[in-house]
Order: sequence, then C-alpha cells, then structure tokens
Amino acid sequence: MSRALSRKLTNFGALTLSSLATLVGLACLGAILWTLLKNGVSGLSVQVFTQMTPPPGSAGGLLNAIYGSVLMTAIGIVIGTPIGVLAGTYLAEYGRHARLSDVIRFVNDVLLSAPSIIVGLFVYEIVVVRMGHFSAIAGAFALAVIAIPVTVRTTEDMLSLVPQGMKDASTALGAYPWRTITSVIYPAARSGIVTGLLLAVARVSGETAPLLFTVVSNQFWTTDLNAEMANLPVVIYTYAQSPYKEWQQLAWTGALLITVAILLLSIAARVLVSALQPSGRGR
Amino acid sequence: MQQLSVAVIDARHASKQRLGEQLFKSATLLAAVLVLLLLGGVAVALLSGAWPALAQFKLGFLTREVWNPVTEKFGALAAIYGTLVTSLVAMLVAIPVSFGIAIFLTELCPAWLKRPVGIAVELLAAVPSIIYGIWGLFVFAPLLQRHLQPWLIEHVGSLPLVGGLFRGPPFGIGVLTAGLVLAIMVLPFISSVMRDVFETVPDVLKESAYGLGATTWEVIWKVVLPHARVGVVGGVMLGLGRALGETMAVTFVIGNAHRISGSLLAPGTTISASIANEFNEATGDLYNSSLIALGVLLFLITFTVIAAARFMLLRLERRALSSV
Repeated sequence: MSRALSRKLTNFGALTLSSLATLVGLACLGAILWTLLKNGVSGLSVQVFTQMTPPPGSAGGLLNAIYGSVLMTAIGIVIGTPIGVLAGTYLAEYGRHARLSDVIRFVNDVLLSAPSIIVGLFVYEIVVVRMGHFSAIAGAFALAVIAIPVTVRTTEDMLSLVPQGMKDASTALGAYPWRTITSVIYPAARSGIVTGLLLAVARVSGETAPLLFTVVSNQFWTTDLNAEMANLPVVIYTYAQSPYKEWQQLAWTGALLITVAILLLSIAARVLVSALQPSGRGR
Repeated sequence: MQQLSVAVIDARHASKQRLGEQLFKSATLLAAVLVLLLLGGVAVALLSGAWPALAQFKLGFLTREVWNPVTEKFGALAAIYGTLVTSLVAMLVAIPVSFGIAIFLTELCPAWLKRPVGIAVELLAAVPSIIYGIWGLFVFAPLLQRHLQPWLIEHVGSLPLVGGLFRGPPFGIGVLTAGLVLAIMVLPFISSVMRDVFETVPDVLKESAYGLGATTWEVIWKVVLPHARVGVVGGVMLGLGRALGETMAVTFVIGNAHRISGSLLAPGTTISASIANEFNEATGDLYNSSLIALGVLLFLITFTVIAAARFMLLRLERRALSSV
C-alpha cells in the first residue's frame, strides 16, 4: 500500500514541478514584455519617429536608426531570400535524394545555429577590410548571410508539403520540372514561402552582433550605403550602456519597437503556417 | 503545311523549355552550393584573419590567462573558461526546466491550452538577444544582487566544496547572472525540440504502460524518455550551441573581466563578449588578430557541438521515417 502511495506522491510531485517549470518560462516572457512596456511606452512620442538620435544630454528621436534598420534588413532580405529559396528548391526537388543534398542540409543546419557574431567577423574580414571602412552595405550583407539558412530550411520544408499528385499531374501533361516548380509547386507553397520570409525578417531585424563591426552606427541622417549608418540594435546597445538618462530612455523605446515588430512578425508567420497545414505543428 | 508549322512551333517551344530547364536547374544547384561555400568561406576568412595571432602565440594562446592589450600579450584561457562555465550554469538550469515544459505540453496540458502555451514559449525564442541583455542588466541583475546573491553568500558560501563558488561581494552582474540569462534564452530551443521528440513516441507504447497501471510520471520516465533519448540529447546540444555562442545577452551582464575567478558571483568574460566589447577598440594588428583568433575558437567549439546535435537529430528523423 505504501508503495502505491509513494508512486502516487512521486507522480504528483513530478507533475507539479513540470507545471511550475512552464509557469517559470511564461513568467520570464511576461517579465521581459512587462519591463519593455513599462520603460518603453513612457518614451513613445511623435519625436521618436521624426527626430534624429541626439548627442548626449539632449532630447531626440530614433528616425535615422529606424530608417537604417529597415533599409539594411530590406537589402539583406532581397539578397538573401532568392538564394535561400533557390537552394531550398534544389534540396526539395532536383536534389532530393542526392548525396550532395545531405551534406548541404547538414551545413545549412550548422549555419542556422551558428553564433551570429561569427558572421560579423566573417563579413568584417571579407568586406570591411577589403573596402577599408565600415558601411551599411557590409551590414546588409551580414544580415543576408544570416537570412539564407532560415529561408533554405523553411523553403525545403514547405515545398515538401506539396502533394506528390500535383507534381505528377503536371509532369504527365508534359511539363519540364522547372515549369512544374514555378507554375505548380511555388503557387501551392506560396504561403509557406511567405512564412519563411517573415521568419527571416524576424530573425534578421533584431540581430546586433553582426552589425557591431560591419556598420557600426552614427548620429546623422544618411542614405549613403557606402558609409556607417545608424541602426536600432547598435543604437540600443550603445545607449543602454551609457550613463545618460535620455539615451537610456531611447534605448528602451527602441527595444520596445523592435520587439513588438518581431513578435508581430513571428505570430503572423505562425498564423500563416497553421492556415497551410491545419493538422500539423508550426516550426 | 499547317502540320509543319505546328511542328516548328512545337520544336521552338520545346527548345525554349529545355533552355529554361537548364537555367533554372543550374540556378538552384548554384544557390545550394553557395550554402556550402558560405561555411567554407567563414572558416577560411576567420583563419586568415587569426593567422598573425596564432603564429605569434601558438598553442600558448589556449593556455594563457593574460589578456593585455598594452603589452600585446594575449591568451584565451579566461574567455574559454567563462564561455564554458556560463554555458554549464545555463544548461544546469535550462535542462530540467525545459524537460518540465515539454512534459507539461505533451502530457498534462489540456488541448485548448496547448497552442497558446506552446506559442508563448516559442515567442521567448523570437525575442532578440539584445533585449535579454538590457533586461538582464537593468532588471534581472539588480534583482539577483538584492535577493538571490546575498542569500547564496550567506547560506551556501560557508559550505565546504561548493562554498567557494558563492563567495565575494554581490555585484549583480557576473558569471552566474550571465548563466541564468542564457538559461532563459535557450529554454525555448530545448523545450520545443523535447516536445517534438516526445510527440514522436507512439501512443501504443504509452497506452500499454498505462494499461499496466503505470502513473503518468512512470510513463514519461520509463517509456517516453528512453524512446526519445537521442532526440532529447540532440535538443540539449542544440541549446548548448546557442548558449556557447550567444553574444549580446552575455555582454551586458558578464562584467567583462579577463580573469578566472573561483566564484560564480565575480565578473568574467566569454569569447563572444570579448569580441563584441573590444573589437572596435582594438588598435594594433595583433590585438585585432587575437580577437579574430577567439572567433576561430568559438567557431570550432560551436561547430562541434552543433554538428553533434544535428547528427543525433538527423539519425532520429531517419529512424522515424523508416518506421512509418
């Protein structure tokens, strides 16, 4: 009898602990979001979106940093996703069973989880050192390198979900594989590919480490891609570590903006995935 | 006549299609090979940047603790130590908690709650690491300084063996804080992999154990876990890879001191934090090159861990496919 009781107690204890663990995880997310809201919202004003990052001790906004972030993310995505989608297409269609594909899949997975600061050093070595100075284009290139493995992975996953019957039907009509892929498979997997794109944007737009020694940052409005350019992550990094109240406030506001944007993107991606495969789980 | 022109058009159409096929196929192959080249390029670029430092310090780079930009003597030992210890702390905390979350999500959670909780935990993974950094610096570290650290110093610091880990003043920032922030960061990665592999365990297995009168915990510990072992280890390694390479969150809360202290409460540094902190201020080629050499080390360490993790998860996927 006591054995049954101790088994029940162990069971109860373990399950309570696991519920507690979940609560801890949720509490962490809650605490982070709460801090961001509390500290970030108070600094939200029109100024944030209309003025440049200020010198120490005076008021200002984040306009140039927001612009820089959006621009570099956009360029990074425009360079990175076509490569990612094409490579994903190779893995899912042409080279599905090829030896090479196994190697590429493996390498891609490694790149997917590789530390982003390594990418920063890589781009520093091959772009910044060659050009002789920091530039927005180097930053965009670093972001592209980070976006590629994300898109390769989602593209391959999403293309594999397209029913074989659709591909066979197209082939039976005499279409070459590339016609099948571009006219049948891509449209069928469209929302999946868009999801991959959203995830890549979400992943890339918060990256700080690869930008630290590729773009650095500045205080001015600039549209010159060949020079340093302000961007949200690096501005948050420098301002949060500064002793100035105004700067710290701007760092919190910037952090709030970036997090809200990324969470919205991630949620949108998830909604799209579940629309695509109602029974499956999102990745 | 008419038949002929149809044939001509057909032939033109076909050759256009063939050309398109060749172009498209080569484009996809090229992009795929580019992914390979990317990894190779990273390795080559880092090694060439690190060469001056590696040639100067040789193996001593790995074994020396000194990091002095003025005399240009650089050793990576303190950074390696910090990287390993923060990751170890992170794993000690994150593994049990992730295990708990995975159990909750697969066995306990009512169906309607499954999606929201799963998504919430995964959103933790989407929060950029710099946010963890400033949260750690302004909220978490002061909290630890006021509550957890004084308690640890008073109650655990006087114990034999483990006591030495918790001595010294409560700085707030330091190795322990960095480890805990890392734990929160890797939580979603480990728990979502664990959840996924737990769900691959066939229901028949679990049901037969329940049928024999096993409790939920016994089913998890004796049926689910052994069956999902490889995947669980893979997920843990994946989280470890994240923790080892994480930069921004650690840089804010580690304190950036190039020395090895016995106490977890003391400030330290990690490989990635050193690079992030010092790279732009690194005047002198040897200093710059030493930081890139740190990057090479980080690359090697994380590459090994991630490769092992992926290899394990891949094996699991193959097994799942072959059993279908």
